[in-house]
Amino acid sequence: MRTVNRRHVLGGMAAAFGSRLIGAAHGAAPVALLNASYDPTRELYEMVNKSFTAHWLAQTGQPIEIRQSHGGSGKQARAIIDGLQADVATLATAYDINEICRQGKLIPQNWASRLPNNSAPYTSIIVFLVRRGNPKNIRDWGDLTRPGVGVITPNPKSSGGARWNYLAAWAWALRQNGGSNATAQAYVEQLYQHVPVLDSGARGATVTFVDRGIGDVLLAWENEALLAKNQLGPDKVEIVFPSISILAEPPVTVIDKVVDHRGTRAIAEAYLNFLYTRECQRLIAQNYYRPCDPATAAEFAARFPQVRLVTIDDAFGGWDKAQAAHFDDGGSFDQIYGQ
Amino acid sequence: MSTPAVAIPLADGPTKRRSRSGFRVLPGFGLTLGCTITYVSLLVLVPLSAAFVRTAELGPRKFLQVVTTPRVLASLELSFGASLLAAVINGVFGFIIAWALVRQRFPGRRLFDAIIDLPFALPTAVAGIALTALYAPNGWIGQLLAPWGIKVAYTRLGVVVALAFVSLPFIVRTLQPVLGELDREVERAAETLGASRLQTLMWVVLPSVWPALLTGIALGFSRAVGEYGSVIFIAGNIPKVTEIAPLMIMTKLEQYQYSQATAIAVVMLVSSFALMLGINGLQIWAQGRRRAR
Repeated sequence: MRTVNRRHVLGGMAAAFGSRLIGAAHGAAPVALLNASYDPTRELYEMVNKSFTAHWLAQTGQPIEIRQSHGGSGKQARAIIDGLQADVATLATAYDINEICRQGKLIPQNWASRLPNNSAPYTSIIVFLVRRGNPKNIRDWGDLTRPGVGVITPNPKSSGGARWNYLAAWAWALRQNGGSNATAQAYVEQLYQHVPVLDSGARGATVTFVDRGIGDVLLAWENEALLAKNQLGPDKVEIVFPSISILAEPPVTVIDKVVDHRGTRAIAEAYLNFLYTRECQRLIAQNYYRPCDPATAAEFAARFPQVRLVTIDDAFGGWDKAQAAHFDDGGSFDQIYGQ
Repeated sequence: MSTPAVAIPLADGPTKRRSRSGFRVLPGFGLTLGCTITYVSLLVLVPLSAAFVRTAELGPRKFLQVVTTPRVLASLELSFGASLLAAVINGVFGFIIAWALVRQRFPGRRLFDAIIDLPFALPTAVAGIALTALYAPNGWIGQLLAPWGIKVAYTRLGVVVALAFVSLPFIVRTLQPVLGELDREVERAAETLGASRLQTLMWVVLPSVWPALLTGIALGFSRAVGEYGSVIFIAGNIPKVTEIAPLMIMTKLEQYQYSQATAIAVVMLVSSFALMLGINGLQIWAQGRRRAR
């Protein structure tokens, strides 16, 4: 009797699951948008999505659902190229979205010019997260290569955030007295000698530093550092702003082939435009990303100190050049560990 | 002598009639064979051959170049070495666990028996996170080991620990039924004939469980070689030190180098297959020797 019951239950579960699978394939569910994003934006988009679905319902009377998918920026781009039906991509670097254009041919080449601010509705910078009281007295990039300092940063081959870290370090070394590509190379090589764990994504690196207690300093997105500090309390970690950092501009785009196929272009475009509204810019600032709207930026000025920033276009001639010089096979990063 | 016609069932009248008369040894032979071929093709053969097709884009020279870079070689060495070590360690402890579960009666035995299956059921990422939390220098176990200078998380030892975790049930579950069927009378007979406990174990018990033990180790090993989810959390992923081959594949994929990724996959596939064949051969040899005696 017991076994028969169990079999019924299992059968029922299987049938329910099967019908859901088939149901999804037929698109029987209400309109759902998929946002494929990078690692540390979970909290941000949870709030944005809630706000936007309410907005859209009030405006059009249509209930929608926005699903989020998070992972390393490169991994997400690859998933989209391989056929993940993401309506919008909100990734860590323009390079990853360029690849969606180049490899997947899913978006037009001029994708970045379709939205204001190079399609980057928010920006961030790279900062240092150190342990309470900054016991190793880490103030600037030069302190990271002192003996006995452990640095946590993810693998730039797989993590968009790590690429920003790497380029920020490179930019600092270039701007030192007598700085050249050779001294910058020597500096990053030294820097990675101090990295005990190479996680594949930014969130993983945060966990390694914060929860596992590995290393003395975490190179992180400002948003990730502020989030960690806020969740853990200032008695656990502190943020150090280095003398030079890089302005990270995580871009967003509609995936044209997907939205045209699914008929979701109107919602997807409204969703991305919503990111630039005052309401959403404030959500963005509350989630520790630097808003691109000047009025919102002024309102939250106390939260985001002024730091001397380089941009990827000025310092490296754009993402494609930076990628080729540093992160492609045989690039400067490969010279650290050898191929 | 008149049976060969039965082996190849054709959908014509006479065969059907003959099968109804109970003459057929394997009922539904055609149907099951068809199912097997279709299912295995769809799930295993076609996806795997896609890896080979993709790799073929590289050409032989580039292929060799990709798979013999020091980083790839180091990762392959780590993946196969750590998996083998984990499987062998589990061979010893899995045997002891299986023995205890089959032979001993102790409180909580059923619970322990069920716990063995956890690595099957648990998402391996969860296991990886849990193991890392335990073995990190600030974790429960890591804290105890740190004063002795033993580091587990973020070292090669951590990789072995994670692989031992995922491969344990394969060895225990393969051994259990075989140990259960062992005839205790034979052990008693050995005892009455004056064999010591060690002699009984070496010359009576082990020879009969040897093939199952090998199978278990082989299964555990092959499970460990492909493991990704749990290892990336505990390994530290430093190139040439704690970077496993599956992570190397993932890294290549994330750089949009599909054919290079599949090239490493092909090397893993072929090596695993060769190893499995070798172990199978060993097993057949062991069985043959047992029968010969």
